[in-house]
Parts: sequence; structure tokens; C-alpha cells
Amino acid sequence: MTLALLSYALYEALVAAPTEQTMGDVQRIFYYHVPSAWTAFLLFLINFVASVYYLIRRSDRADIIALVSAEVGVVFCTVVLVTGPIWARPVWGIWWTWDVRLTTTLVLWLIYVAYLMLRRFSSGSQTPLVAAVLAVFGALDVPLVYFSIWYFRTQHPSPVIGKGGSLDPRMAHVLLINWAAFLCFAFLVCWSRYRLERVRRDVEETQALEALLEPRSVS
Amino acid sequence: MTYLYAAYAATWIIHLVYLGSVLIGYRRLQREIQDMARKKPR
Repeated sequence: MTLALLSYALYEALVAAPTEQTMGDVQRIFYYHVPSAWTAFLLFLINFVASVYYLIRRSDRADIIALVSAEVGVVFCTVVLVTGPIWARPVWGIWWTWDVRLTTTLVLWLIYVAYLMLRRFSSGSQTPLVAAVLAVFGALDVPLVYFSIWYFRTQHPSPVIGKGGSLDPRMAHVLLINWAAFLCFAFLVCWSRYRLERVRRDVEETQALEALLEPRSVS
Repeated sequence: MTYLYAAYAATWIIHLVYLGSVLIGYRRLQREIQDMARKKPR
């Protein structure tokens, strides 16, 4: 179903959506760039909620949800940071500029990459706790990225949907289809990754128990 | 059009690389489970 929805969304973005008058076909990057950003924000929000829950209850399930949502969120944020400059080059004439929206997005990506590196390379029993605290602070950057185009003067376009938006209804329709497709895809990946992580922890636990129960030779 | 296709291709390359890394993790785990089952005393 997800594959069918992604294919339909791709067709809508490349063929069915009307061509924008000023930018031409390159504007169609919008249908991948924006839904990827929204999906990343949503996953970082899930990471934040799961991390807070972990800090309160020390739930193993919340810890796995936090890890998985951060991992998939970083993948979607990477898509945003790659498609953005590819879109900017023909439209602005530059690949990158250090304006508020772009810089805060890069900082957001770096925070969650640091979070994943902490989880990957630290094996202490306090790692999930430290990671949860980092995630709570990291999440503060999400509203900063989102609202930066409202409160700062930036080269990035203003919101085209919602309050003050002027997006063609047909374009909005294609945008929402692509977002729905990306959400389904993200959910599917998160669910697979969640199951994998659960099994991995069970295997590690069994290995540790076996190592403890193994008879040792007395010298 | 080149930029458009580049952006779409880059998106799917990023997703496929990640899915590949998940698949490698899955295979490694499967091997570990098989090893554990083999070592288990009968």
C-alpha cells in the first residue's frame, strides 16, 4: 500500500501538479522537500515525547521509540538538507547561504547526529538517560527552525500553506498526498526498525546471561 | 529538469542507503541468533 501511495504521489508531483510560473519545473522539488521536513519535525517531536516519558518512567519501550524516531528523523532531515541546496542553486544562484532557516536546520541535523553517535558509541548503563536529556534540549531547536521564517528576515520562502499562504489548491493537494505517502513510509520504516531493535536487545540480554552462566576454569 | 531529477534521485538514494543499513543489521542479528542456537547445549 505504501509503495502504491509513493508511486501515485511521485506521479502527481512530476506529472499532474501544475507547473509554477516563475520557477518552472524545478519548483516540483517542493513536493519532496517540504513533506520530508514536516515528517522530520514530527519524528523529532515523537523523539521528544518518548524521551520525556523515558526520563519519568525509565521505560525500555519509550527508549527504543526515541532511538528509532531520531534515526528515521535524521534520514528525512538529510533529505531536506540535500534537496534544499539542489533547489536553491537554479532559483537563488547559490547552493547555500548562512541564513537563519538554513543554519538552524543544519544545527538540528547536527544535534540529532550527535544523539545517534552517543547511542552508537557509548555503552554505559547511563547512555539512554544522557541521550534522553540531549533529546529534550535538541527538540528546542525544532520550533526555532519552524518559526524562523516568521520572526527573522530570511532568504527562505515564507510559508505557502496555512495562515498567509497563497498556494494553488491543486499544488496543496499534491503536497498533502506526498506528505501522506512519506508518513506511511516513515511509519513502516520506524515499525521495522523498532522490531529489529527489540530483538537486538533481547539477543544482547541472552548473550550476557549465557556469559554469566558459562562455567569458568579455575586456575 | 536536471536539478529536479537530481533532487528526486538524491532523496531515494538517501532512503535506500538507510534501508540497506537496516537490512545489514537484520542479517547480522539473524547470524547471531543462529550462532546462539548452535552453541546451545542439547
